[in-house]
Amino acid sequence: MEKTRLYWSFSNFQIFKFSNYTMSQFSEERLAKVKEIIARYPDGKQKSALLPVLHLAQEQFGWLSSETMDYVAGLLKIEPIEVYEVATFYSMYNLKPVGKYMFEVCQTGPCMVRGSEDIIEYIKQKLGIKVGETTPDGLFTLKTVECLGACGYAPMMQLGKHYREHLTKEKVDAIIEECRRNAAANN
Amino acid sequence: MGVKLLLDKAHVEGIRYYDVYRREGGYRSVEKALKMSPADIVEEVKKSGLRGRGGAGFPAGMKWSFIAKPEGVPRHLVCNADESEPGTFKDRYLMEFLPHLLIEGLIVASFALGSNATYIYIRGEYAWIPDILEQAINEAKANGWLGKNIQGSGFDCEIYVQRGAGAYICGEETALIESLEGKRGNPRIKPPFPAVKGVWDRPTVVNNVETLAAVVPVINMGGEEYSKIGVGKSTGTKLISACGNINKPGVYEIDMTISVEEFVYSDEYCGGIPNGKRLKACIPGGSSVPILPANLLFKTAKGEQRMMNYESLSDGGFATGSMMGSGGFIVLDEDQCVVKHTLTLARFYRHESCGQCSPCREGTGWMEKILKNIETGKGKMTDIDLLWDIQRKIEGNTICPLGDAAAWPVAAAIRHFRDEFEWHVNNPELCLTQNFGLAHYADAREVVA
Repeated sequence: MEKTRLYWSFSNFQIFKFSNYTMSQFSEERLAKVKEIIARYPDGKQKSALLPVLHLAQEQFGWLSSETMDYVAGLLKIEPIEVYEVATFYSMYNLKPVGKYMFEVCQTGPCMVRGSEDIIEYIKQKLGIKVGETTPDGLFTLKTVECLGACGYAPMMQLGKHYREHLTKEKVDAIIEECRRNAAANN
Repeated sequence: MGVKLLLDKAHVEGIRYYDVYRREGGYRSVEKALKMSPADIVEEVKKSGLRGRGGAGFPAGMKWSFIAKPEGVPRHLVCNADESEPGTFKDRYLMEFLPHLLIEGLIVASFALGSNATYIYIRGEYAWIPDILEQAINEAKANGWLGKNIQGSGFDCEIYVQRGAGAYICGEETALIESLEGKRGNPRIKPPFPAVKGVWDRPTVVNNVETLAAVVPVINMGGEEYSKIGVGKSTGTKLISACGNINKPGVYEIDMTISVEEFVYSDEYCGGIPNGKRLKACIPGGSSVPILPANLLFKTAKGEQRMMNYESLSDGGFATGSMMGSGGFIVLDEDQCVVKHTLTLARFYRHESCGQCSPCREGTGWMEKILKNIETGKGKMTDIDLLWDIQRKIEGNTICPLGDAAAWPVAAAIRHFRDEFEWHVNNPELCLTQNFGLAHYADAREVVA
């Protein structure tokens, strides 16, 4: 338990470095969205909104800190532990900060037979990071994932909301360029 | 050209939008269904012989007829769009290109089951599809097919889309229900079945996307007519998502009367193997079902031609057959290593085990480790027997079928490719750079090159 506590407080410290938000608080617009989601379920079953609300939180803060999770618990009137156990179960929730662009490359059988290993190797070299790491500039994180349901369009990866399919080395180059351009334009 | 019931309009431009969909005959099944009694609709679906398209193949009409109807307790329909079985991407195709077909099927099924609030639980990674579905829902609502008093029938129905967050196990219906309730996706012990105690302890039916879409042609043409398509207990059409080493990966609709050989080599479907290579093995129904070597894929052990339907694919049981499963058709060519492919699947199941039952939680990790050793030339001959022993102890000893799903691919790989595993053990260095080859290509001369 002690160890977990230490980890969380360290993570909280990191938030200053990676995010513009130092306080976990939804905008008015997002709060209205939370209300709308809760209304989909029967009275008293607002806990059902937990997964969608955690998605909203991650969209806004980039990852789920313990502070964010506590805030979500408060919004849904449930115990913080109920949020922690869910956030740690599902692989899409980031429990530590990630790069602005996360390359989630599929490595399961059907992608493997179409050459996903070469693609992962190429991204590693190109970005100079290992799987699970983030580039020093905070732009890119490389993650390997299990089957994303695009087996016919392999090799593939998820980038944000969308899939990038039929990957080749040239396509990877172009995607990295595109991300760099977008990042520069947003700054 | 086989019969097409689901994808016949898939290539009409703008079919994703309501106006075009309606003009092409969309929502006729709702008009028809609202004039029928719910019991009659269930009866039609029973007559059609429609089987669950998610993998288990349980008759859909039967499942619907089990739903409990206690006085004053709301019932729910939940659409399982948590498509995560490796090799399977057919539901994604339906939702992306024909969202209104799913919505139409959902309205009919909701009416038949008495569900006023219906939920689509979609896997979290399909992050852009909820927007497509929600747009279709809004269009349907604006045209009076959803909301209060649908088309003056007095029936109210709302459809909501809920995203998961990356958990294969949530495709299991009770885990999906737990997840919909905002919990970890740990499957429940059955009974009680969801039809009695499902989401929020209310009677619930969980159906796959393709099953619900298939309700539309069932109602339009009548259960009896629908059951005439196909063969035996494999009625209607099935979507097959073909991938791996083939020329034309993609989603195909088949009417279950074509042979596996035709499916692999005909230009209408997979279009053969690229670069003139030969087929080594195939997993015909999603990663969980047994892998088949080429000699057992095209012909059953009895020497009959194997067909693309529920019965023929499982002919011979697990000893010499496989399963239709979810329709994820994975083809491996002669350059692929079965040990390595099985390792990626073992890793997948280790990653996706919810951790509730020890045989699955521990066993999947063991299997991955041992397979990794064998694949990298560090295996021992006894490891192969150990693998066999572990998979046997997982199968049937877990709350949900994920345990079986993890055990079957390993069992089948050893059953049919044991010599390839032994070759890895005997050639620890060679196996890092070379492949075992095509020893199981028994009737090479009989197969189209």
